[in-house]
Amino acid sequence: MATTATAPTTKSWGGGKSPFNVEYGKVMMWYFLMSDAFTFGAFLISYGTIRFSTNGWPDPNEVFKSFPFAPEGMNAPLVFVSIMTFILIISSVTMVLAVQAGHNMDKKGVVKNLIWTIIGGIAFLSCQAWEWNHLHHEGAWWGSNPFLNHDGTASSTNFTNYFFTITGFHGFHVFSGVIINIIMLIMAVNNKFEERGHYLMIEKAGLYWHFVDLVWVFVFTCFYLI
Amino acid sequence: MSNEAVLHAPAGAGLHDAHGDHHHEHHHETFISKYVFSMDHKMIAKQFLITGMVWAVLGGLMSVLFRLQLGYPESTFPFLEDILGKWAEGGKITPEAYYALVTTHGTVLVFFVLTAGLSGTFANFLIPLQIGARDMASPFMNMLSYWFFFAASIVMLSSMFVEFGPFSGGWTAYPPLSALAAASPGSGTGMDLWLIAMALFVVSSLLGGLNYIATVLNMRTKGMSMTRMPLTIWALFFTAVLGVLSFPVLFSGFILLIFDRNFGTSFYLSDIFINGVGALPNEGGSAILYQHLFWFLGHPEVYIILLPAMGMVSEILSVNSRKPIFGYIAMVGSLFAIAILAFLVWAHHMFVTGLNPFLGSVFVLLTLLIAVPSAIKVFNWLTTLWRGNIRFTPGMLFSIGFVSLFISGGLTGIWLGNSALDIHLHDTYFVIAHFHIVMGVASMFGMFAGIYHWFPKMYGRYMNNTLAYLHFWITLGGAYMIFWPMHYQGLAGMPRRYYDYSVWESFKQFAELNRFISTVAMIVFAAQLLFLFNFFYSVFKGRKVTSQNPYNANTLEWTTPINPGHGNWVGEIPEVHRWAYDYGKDGKEFYLSNHTSRSRRKQSLIFKTEFISVIIFQCSRITGALFLSKIRNDKIHRNQKTNSITSSSSQTKGLHVIDKVHLELYRGFFLCHLLFAGAKSGRIRLGHDYTAFCSRHANHR
Repeated sequence: MATTATAPTTKSWGGGKSPFNVEYGKVMMWYFLMSDAFTFGAFLISYGTIRFSTNGWPDPNEVFKSFPFAPEGMNAPLVFVSIMTFILIISSVTMVLAVQAGHNMDKKGVVKNLIWTIIGGIAFLSCQAWEWNHLHHEGAWWGSNPFLNHDGTASSTNFTNYFFTITGFHGFHVFSGVIINIIMLIMAVNNKFEERGHYLMIEKAGLYWHFVDLVWVFVFTCFYLI
Repeated sequence: MSNEAVLHAPAGAGLHDAHGDHHHEHHHETFISKYVFSMDHKMIAKQFLITGMVWAVLGGLMSVLFRLQLGYPESTFPFLEDILGKWAEGGKITPEAYYALVTTHGTVLVFFVLTAGLSGTFANFLIPLQIGARDMASPFMNMLSYWFFFAASIVMLSSMFVEFGPFSGGWTAYPPLSALAAASPGSGTGMDLWLIAMALFVVSSLLGGLNYIATVLNMRTKGMSMTRMPLTIWALFFTAVLGVLSFPVLFSGFILLIFDRNFGTSFYLSDIFINGVGALPNEGGSAILYQHLFWFLGHPEVYIILLPAMGMVSEILSVNSRKPIFGYIAMVGSLFAIAILAFLVWAHHMFVTGLNPFLGSVFVLLTLLIAVPSAIKVFNWLTTLWRGNIRFTPGMLFSIGFVSLFISGGLTGIWLGNSALDIHLHDTYFVIAHFHIVMGVASMFGMFAGIYHWFPKMYGRYMNNTLAYLHFWITLGGAYMIFWPMHYQGLAGMPRRYYDYSVWESFKQFAELNRFISTVAMIVFAAQLLFLFNFFYSVFKGRKVTSQNPYNANTLEWTTPINPGHGNWVGEIPEVHRWAYDYGKDGKEFYLSNHTSRSRRKQSLIFKTEFISVIIFQCSRITGALFLSKIRNDKIHRNQKTNSITSSSSQTKGLHVIDKVHLELYRGFFLCHLLFAGAKSGRIRLGHDYTAFCSRHANHR
């Protein structure tokens, strides 16, 4: 054992505590988010590849111009999706407030803001459900695209293919986020975090929720704006 | 929760406090919690290892089966019908079964053996032990990672028993073969199961990878700063990062593929016309898009396979040369450079897809850049060996074998990385030879090295050395004899994946060579049974380890008890004060003082191994040359007979190149061998004094 790298005394810092001063769960969450960013990145880049190798593409102002309960033929381009986006961003704000309340060990604040976040998430998902349903009634689905290009020619089905796949995948992320937040809410109500002495789990859920919002910004830009 | 306990406790407490009693009270653990749903990283590592070994045997067996077809296309083997049933009616493998075998061999070996089997085993086993942690950051996720892998294994295995067989469109699963259920027999249910298995595999690899990263970053013991970590850990860390960032892209690609298969989308499918009639309703998709998504994983995957082997080899070379690893920082830096470059070179697999030549040249540049960190690593390994007091343990032999294979295979990589040369070499046996040597066999050698080296830590027993030496020499010689001749075939244009070369006039000349390769492949496969026997026999009956640190290594795993329980250390986790490679200033002195009585025997072993290595390398060289001259004679003979001017001119041109390769590659190969020989006993002496760089290393501490 002459060569063993250990000795009982002598002080010299190395490991022992994380160099980033975060706990392992948060490191994992950050790496997971990077990984997930690559998933979405792959989707959006392949969307870009196909879109720019296709002649003609539907005009989003024409496709997304409807509004729930609005009279037939009303032209409200991107109004509905703007509201959806607004809801999601507001839910991010309430999530920040929940995380902040967690830092202050304020159980009431955590519970209140988590509830608002969950409501925001569910509202977003409901809006998406309405939009999908509406598009489906217009004849759009995987493999069928009723919309026309600018010049009036039939458009590639890859518009709807990508739209439903990517917004669906994002919606699935929002759905998982809502489930996670509900679990967090139940744990917070049951004093689980008070017992642990910290609300770190809320922070991790918050990271995920903000990431999902951030992805929406890109999805929104790719499908609705350009 | 115990996870939380691991995390929040100051170094040393954690799991020990929570589960401190486990070391002594094994009767509390049931069979299920100890061997099946275990959360002990060491047991999970063993689970990965055993599952990987099962897959390695299956995958290896598959290669023997299709090598039978390639080597003996005209013969029938009645026993094949007993194994494969209707896929080998009359004792001859059908083309469909042949493609299924090739595909499954590739998928299984790349993902299940060399990804899960290699980094699953050694990341799980070594990370906590070498950084001084009680367990992984999240033992539960770790367990989940194995069971997802197990589920993936079951699904992949079951795909071999469905009616039309497993997927048969190549391990890369390019559309349209993978996207259209009617494209080939295996494209239906077989492909569905393949995709499910791979999706489960991606989840497993993600869970594992996140855990490895978090553990390496957060769970190091006191004093274990990043720059003191063993190179194994660095390599496994970069591997995990590569996996976490590249598998999701494959995952996206698979999701789009699933939609194409089942929901009528056209991501990868475009207008396909058969006899002027549109055969598909799809339009606008791009099969090349899939290739981009696939190879964005596919290339980092090569390094996911290779880096753990590199890390373990660095460790084993240093321990058994009784010398500090040469150029530690450069080793870490080159690992990092390889990890970065891995993401920027994927299109070199796609030079012949109609890629813009300018873009191609960018990828050529980036690809060839990888040669720089690779060469740094090779030279550092060689200089670590240089004038060390080498102990030829089986692990050490396999590590040296790894370096040899990495050089031989790496040199051909420089050829393939050139987009112009690649037009000729793409999809030929040259590629097969290249990646099998540099990635397949080399990583397999890394895995063997790791198993032989850490077996005493895993099972508290030694493996049998005689069997191990036999295993090593047959495998090394065999690997070269199998894959070396493939370079010639590839240069002559022999394409991969063909079912029967004997029907092509230009490739008939290789019938004998093919038969030779197939025969050696069978021998090498049989030699692996030696290893399996040795492994399983030693697990139960091997010589018991009596000393805590049998290799006199410096890493922390050797400070644990001989049979560490869950939690690894009894009492405090040791604190680290030096880097992992702090061997004495003069390796020789250290070595002699510890092993005087055994040194003489070891010295004679050095001569023996050197002698055998010269014989084997020269034999493989002569075999190659003989085949070469035989082919040349055959050709001249035939050309005289047929007077076919066109074929003779093209063939002589091809041979000319072959001669050059023969020279070039053997020159590099031989040089390395000389270096080893010199390094082994310090008989080649240069002016450079060994102690000089030792003292330079002292500053790093």
